[in-house]
Amino acid sequence: MCRLSAITSSEYFSPVENILSLETMKEGHDGSGMGLVLKDLGGEFEGLKEYPVLSGICSKGGMQVLDDYMDQKGFKLKHIWTPKVKPVKGIQPRDYYFARAYEYPPGFREKPFADKEELLLATRLKLRKMGEQDESIIVFSFYPDVITLKEVGDPMELGEFFGLGTDNLRARIILAQGRQNTNYAINLYACHPFFIQGFGSMTNGENTAFVPIREYLMSRNFPGYTGYNSDSEVFTHILHYSCHTLGYPLNYYKDVITPLKASEIEGRQDGEAVALMKMALRPLCIDGPNCVIGFTPDGYTFMVQDAKKLRPGIVGGVSGKIGFMSEECGLDSTIPKRDRSLDVTPMKYDMVIVSPGAKEVKVWNQLQGWTTIMN
Amino acid sequence: MEPATRLDHNHELTLKELPYLVRWRDDRCKRCGRCTAVCPVFAIVPTVVVHRVVESSGAFPQPKTGRRVVTAIKQSTNISNYCIGCATCSLVCPNEAIEPEYNPQNKFLIHKNRGGTPYTRGGRRNDPLVSTLDRLKFTRISMLTDPALDAGRHEFRLRSYLGRILPADELPVKIIDGKAEVDHLAEKFIPPVREIYPVMIGSMSVGALSPNMWEGLAMGITYLNEVDGMPVVMASGEGGMPLRLLKSRFVKYFIPQIASGYFGWDEMIRAIPHMVEDPCAIEIKYGQGAKPGDGGLLMAHKVLKLISEIRGVPLGVDLPSPPTHQTKYSIEEAVAKMIQSMYMAWGFRVPVYPKISGTKTAKAVLNNLVRNPFAAALSIDGEDGGTGAAYNVSMDKMGHPIASNLRECYLDLVKQGKQNELPLIAAGGVGKKGNLAANVAALIMLGASCVSIGKYIMQAAAGCLGDEFNRCNVCNLGKCPRGITTQDPKLYRRLDPDKVAERVVEVFKALDVELRKVFAPMGRSTELPIGMSDGLSADDPAISERLHISYAC
Repeated sequence: MCRLSAITSSEYFSPVENILSLETMKEGHDGSGMGLVLKDLGGEFEGLKEYPVLSGICSKGGMQVLDDYMDQKGFKLKHIWTPKVKPVKGIQPRDYYFARAYEYPPGFREKPFADKEELLLATRLKLRKMGEQDESIIVFSFYPDVITLKEVGDPMELGEFFGLGTDNLRARIILAQGRQNTNYAINLYACHPFFIQGFGSMTNGENTAFVPIREYLMSRNFPGYTGYNSDSEVFTHILHYSCHTLGYPLNYYKDVITPLKASEIEGRQDGEAVALMKMALRPLCIDGPNCVIGFTPDGYTFMVQDAKKLRPGIVGGVSGKIGFMSEECGLDSTIPKRDRSLDVTPMKYDMVIVSPGAKEVKVWNQLQGWTTIMN
Repeated sequence: MEPATRLDHNHELTLKELPYLVRWRDDRCKRCGRCTAVCPVFAIVPTVVVHRVVESSGAFPQPKTGRRVVTAIKQSTNISNYCIGCATCSLVCPNEAIEPEYNPQNKFLIHKNRGGTPYTRGGRRNDPLVSTLDRLKFTRISMLTDPALDAGRHEFRLRSYLGRILPADELPVKIIDGKAEVDHLAEKFIPPVREIYPVMIGSMSVGALSPNMWEGLAMGITYLNEVDGMPVVMASGEGGMPLRLLKSRFVKYFIPQIASGYFGWDEMIRAIPHMVEDPCAIEIKYGQGAKPGDGGLLMAHKVLKLISEIRGVPLGVDLPSPPTHQTKYSIEEAVAKMIQSMYMAWGFRVPVYPKISGTKTAKAVLNNLVRNPFAAALSIDGEDGGTGAAYNVSMDKMGHPIASNLRECYLDLVKQGKQNELPLIAAGGVGKKGNLAANVAALIMLGASCVSIGKYIMQAAAGCLGDEFNRCNVCNLGKCPRGITTQDPKLYRRLDPDKVAERVVEVFKALDVELRKVFAPMGRSTELPIGMSDGLSADDPAISERLHISYAC
């Protein structure tokens, strides 16, 4: 099963911290790939927070096509980051890994952010389509203050391959996944974490309800609900649909993906609304076993899992640095000096939500409401 | 000159023409006469025959021929008294001396049209072949990466919704201080929705069924709800419901049906002010899978006192329901009005949905209902559904199998993003070969929110003798040897309603266990796996292509 490591911090930190925790949890992944999503960027991107960053991989030819397209659409290149790739045995380097910050096209600079988000999504989807056939262009995200990096291989070796130990790539929230390949063919688009319009998430466990969920999402008439090379991509899109499209607070994501029984809903103060939501969103029940770790555009980070998750993930840390790991050993390696009595393993009804800057840890329980663990 | 017919029995049938041959064993028969007394169609009669015997008595062989008159059982070759194969004679025989045997060489259909009247019967499509549903298997088994569940210990929620479900983006829900609240000022109509068990007992009327049978079913589902906490519901069929039940709190477990004859609805409307609970839903019957495009008919001999009271009609008259609702001429307008009228009768608190027979045009009906915000569901009854009375040609040759009909309707809803808004109820041949849970699970994975059963429960709960070899199938004549489809007290007193109820409970509890045994290895427990088509495979590439599922061999 895939291993997950997410860290949220008040200080910028390097993705190497996530990679080291994945190394500790190595028994669970087979080195079939790693994905990183960095949000709230530091280092050389700290002063570029307003500018959308395109993350991806291109062949030489693909890069030219991409540049031509971005020029044609009016995006002006502002900054380029590329990893200093170091040959590592077993990792087949591709031509060009990049994270590029752009200025919005002139016509969009003064437009509302919703319009900009729409443009960024449409551009990413177009680029993906342009390069999908020959894999000349692979794009993972195009959004302000977010970088995504993915490649096939063992996480530690990939860290070395990308030179992340010496790079100044930093962020305050980083999601990392070490893959256990359950999607048959290794495809970079199948690699977690997934990202859409400010929402990112990664998951472990197979998704038994994948097909009805995919059919439901794809029939929402939202262009971003596409891809699904992995059955876990739907978790990110459900998050986006619940919080972005429907405007529900983050804790209702739990009620959407792991709905209560009718008799349990009756006891809720908001039971009348939750009952309607449960019916309306019935196809989005994940019916696990899955552990989902993710973040929202405003910098909240969370972990949630369903009742069937036999070995739950764990959340813990100190004020200013909280880790979300699929295994306790991963948390021990990242934040060894912490009060373990405050560790949370969210169970059947729980969702752990950590505020931006890792200041506050709260548990939302579907039956009991909120509990503050750390403040 | 004497006509030749007198000598060669020309224009008479031989036994070989008939569908069932009665095997009677002279050596075992004790001549008690029970078999001939019980035969519902007088296919066997006591008779006397003269046997030539050769006997020898004394110390040395001295054979003598003689004649002995003996009583015997004779099978009629009259097409009106053909043996229906019900085997009630075997049931009552103390010495296992008699049983009917199917005759695959029969020419029954060729001859069963005397007087210019085509063959009419009850039962189901006489097709003993394996149905599509039985050619599907569950091939997505959770292994290691996603451990299978323990069907015995894990918590399962086998529930479904019956009613129009508002899409999430149209819910009158507002967020206040981080909490979701229903905005009652939005004046948005929230359609009534029931949470029910995903298998219901389909429409079989009081009238088509005997009082004992209907009461047994009703008691069974009431017990399941009240004692076992399983919200199983039952549709009434056309012809109303007993007044006592309408006024009871148990009416919430029933779905009264209104059909083209509107039988029983005078009484129903009069009972509304006295109802203490709302019914589960209202079903408007536009068609029936067993006899698509055909109306209903309750024969005069079934219209006895109880039936005439419930239906509000005189005693002993034929009760034909027309093939179509006479006031309905278009689905866009008239059906919408009928749906709304039914809603109004119960103050918009009861879901109303139409039932149609399986047809290539089901998608057209579906799409009209999608645009009607009051349509609570669509029930599609496939060609393998049963009936109490129909022309043989209707039953055998008319209609559409449920599997592909349901699937294309579901996929059409998916295309429009409405798959969760209008529940599909699938019926017709579910459990035909006894694989009830597997058939139900397959239909759910093909897109059904709920599955309706009829013949299966009649067989399981009351021992209905019918099968796809045209066994028995005399429901239309009121001669049901089991007392299931008759209004003759001499026949239905054979049926103990308590035992029927007990069997209904047993059947649903066993079904519940089997459904878990299907869903658990597939890792599903929290929500019904509606449309989880990746869990299914067909053993035939053509079927898999048609149903958009994988092929496995």
